Amino acid sequence: MGLNISGQDFIYGCSAIGAGLALIAGIGPGVGQGIAAGYGASAVGRNPGAKSDITSTMLLGQAVAETTGLYGLVVAIILMFVKPFNS
Amino acid sequence: MGLFLAENDLAKSFMIKGICEFPFDFLGGKVYITTTAISSWIITIMILVFGIVVGKKFKNAKEVPTGIQNFIEMAIEALNGMGDSILGENRNRFVNYVGTLFIFILTCNLSGFMGMRAPTADYGVTFCLGVFTFAIIQFQGIKNHGFGHFTGLFQPLPVLFPINLIGEFANPISISLRLFANLLSGVIMLGLWYGMMPIFAKIAVPSVLHAYCDLFSGAIQTYVFCMLTMVYVNDKL
Repeated sequence: MGLNISGQDFIYGCSAIGAGLALIAGIGPGVGQGIAAGYGASAVGRNPGAKSDITSTMLLGQAVAETTGLYGLVVAIILMFVKPFNS
Repeated sequence: MGLFLAENDLAKSFMIKGICEFPFDFLGGKVYITTTAISSWIITIMILVFGIVVGKKFKNAKEVPTGIQNFIEMAIEALNGMGDSILGENRNRFVNYVGTLFIFILTCNLSGFMGMRAPTADYGVTFCLGVFTFAIIQFQGIKNHGFGHFTGLFQPLPVLFPINLIGEFANPISISLRLFANLLSGVIMLGLWYGMMPIFAKIAVPSVLHAYCDLFSGAIQTYVFCMLTMVYVNDKL
C-alpha cells in the first residue's frame, strides 16, 4: 500500500520529531540541579547557621545551570509553532 | 478581549495576539498593538501610580517608620544589599538601573496573577532588556579600560579572538533567553491547563501552578537577571 503524504506533511512530522529530540537537553540541567541541591543540603547539614547564604547561592547556580535545558525548550517551541521550514 | 490567558481555542491560548492592526506596513510586515504592549502599559501605569503615591507619602516621612514606609525602606535596603554583595563601593552608580530593572521585571513576572499574559514571555521585551545591559557593559568597558577593552579580546592568545568575541555577544542573548524561556514555559503550562481541563479543575487547582510558575520561577529569574547584570558590569570595572 502506497503511503501518500505531501512534502509539507513530511516536514511537519519531522519538525515534531525534532522538537521531541530537542527536549533531550532537559537531562543535563536535571542532573546538574540535583547535584547542586545535594551539595547544598549537605552544606546546610554541616553549617546550619549559613542556611540563607547557601540557599541563595544554590538557587542562583541552579537557575544558571537551567539555561541549556531552556535552549532546548526554545528550539522545540520554534519547531512546533513558528514552523521555520515551511516552504 | 484577547488579553487574558483563558481561551477556548487551545493553540491560540498562550500565543501573543494582535489586538488591533495599524493601517501601514513596516519593513514588509504588518504592525499590531499586541497583548504584550497592552500588558506592559498597564504595568507601567501601575508602577507609576505606586511611585507617585509613595513619593507623596515620603514627603512627610517619619523617623520611626509605619505602614507602607516600613515596607519601602525594607525593599530599598534589600536592593542595596544585593548591590553591595557584588559591586561593593561602586554600588551607588548602578543601583538605580538595577533597581528599576528589578521592579519592572518582577511586576511583569507577577502579572500572571492578574490574568495577563506576562510581557516578559515575549522575546522582544527580554531582548531589549538584554541589549540595555550589553550597552552598559560595553560602555563601562570602554570608559574604564579605553583601548584595552578591545585588545583584551586577544588575550591570552590571539587565536582565541573569535571565542572571546562570541563570549562577549553571548551575554545579552543568554540572559534574555533565560528569562524569556522560563516565563514562556509557565505561560504555556497555564494556557494548556486552562484550555484542556474541565470547568471544575479551573477553580482552585491552578493556584499551585501559578505559585510555582509565576511566583517562584518569576522571582528567581528576576533575581538572577539583576545579579548577572551586576556581575557582568563588575567584570568591566
